[in-house]
Amino acid sequence: MKRVAVSTCIGLVASAVGFAAGPVGARQGARISAPPLYTSECGSCHVAYPARMLGGASWNAVLSGLGAHFGVDATVDGAELEAIRAFLESAARSRETSRDGKPLLRITETRWFRSEHGDRLWKRHPLSPADCGACHRKAEQGSYAERDIELPAPGEAKRGETR
Amino acid sequence: MRASLLLIAAALVLPASSARPETPADFAAAFAEEARANEPHFSGLDAARGRTFFVDLHGGEWSCASCHTQDPRAEGRHAVTGKRIAPLAPSANPERFTRADKVEKWFRRNCNDVLRRACTAQEKGDVLAFLSSLGS
Repeated sequence: MKRVAVSTCIGLVASAVGFAAGPVGARQGARISAPPLYTSECGSCHVAYPARMLGGASWNAVLSGLGAHFGVDATVDGAELEAIRAFLESAARSRETSRDGKPLLRITETRWFRSEHGDRLWKRHPLSPADCGACHRKAEQGSYAERDIELPAPGEAKRGETR
Repeated sequence: MRASLLLIAAALVLPASSARPETPADFAAAFAEEARANEPHFSGLDAARGRTFFVDLHGGEWSCASCHTQDPRAEGRHAVTGKRIAPLAPSANPERFTRADKVEKWFRRNCNDVLRRACTAQEKGDVLAFLSSLGS
């Protein structure tokens, strides 16, 4: 009976993800809207980061270490974890994000993130780089467009710490 | 005949216990029942003990209050990322303690973060008693 329940659960989750992932054959790295499961499981402690920000190997490495996810327990149940993995693999950046052959785990360490943001930004605005919404005011809705950027006042209280 | 088959099917599909917790009081009752089963000298859930537990660092870096603040009726902030966390006290956020999967998930993760172990039913029940004692 338990097995029936579990496979039903996998089916439900998979169909939910399949629906949200759009037409089969969508271009890798395309802006696929995130399924609710991804947003709820990976968007509680931080913004549900867009899948296109890391390559597939990086996402797989992140998902393999959720028991100690940057110092925090972020474990997800098995069936849901596999559904999230399927979504991230389908929507990941097509070019791998790695250094010295090892997949990067932090979006902030990728070359494009660093060139986009520069290092001086964090000195002027001592915020956690994980807190996208501090400046990208519509990050929770998935928009990182220039028109939605609003820097906080310099020296605004530090909201979080980088670990 | 068909009705009895349906009943059997329903019995197979539905969980054994019909009293699935869906209110803070249901969860408190379930924690108390489990604590009583674990500890013969169990003497009830205690909001004051729950408050102490909530703000204690337990020898580590974080307490529950590190993210949920000393007043869980207020909006919290994640200690690492700074992300907003909706209030934890049921009086300030009626969605809290209404879904077993969420309650199980967050106690599992956060007890590990704060205590580096699972919480006991007594500890979870005391914390819930504290949260429920906070009026609006």
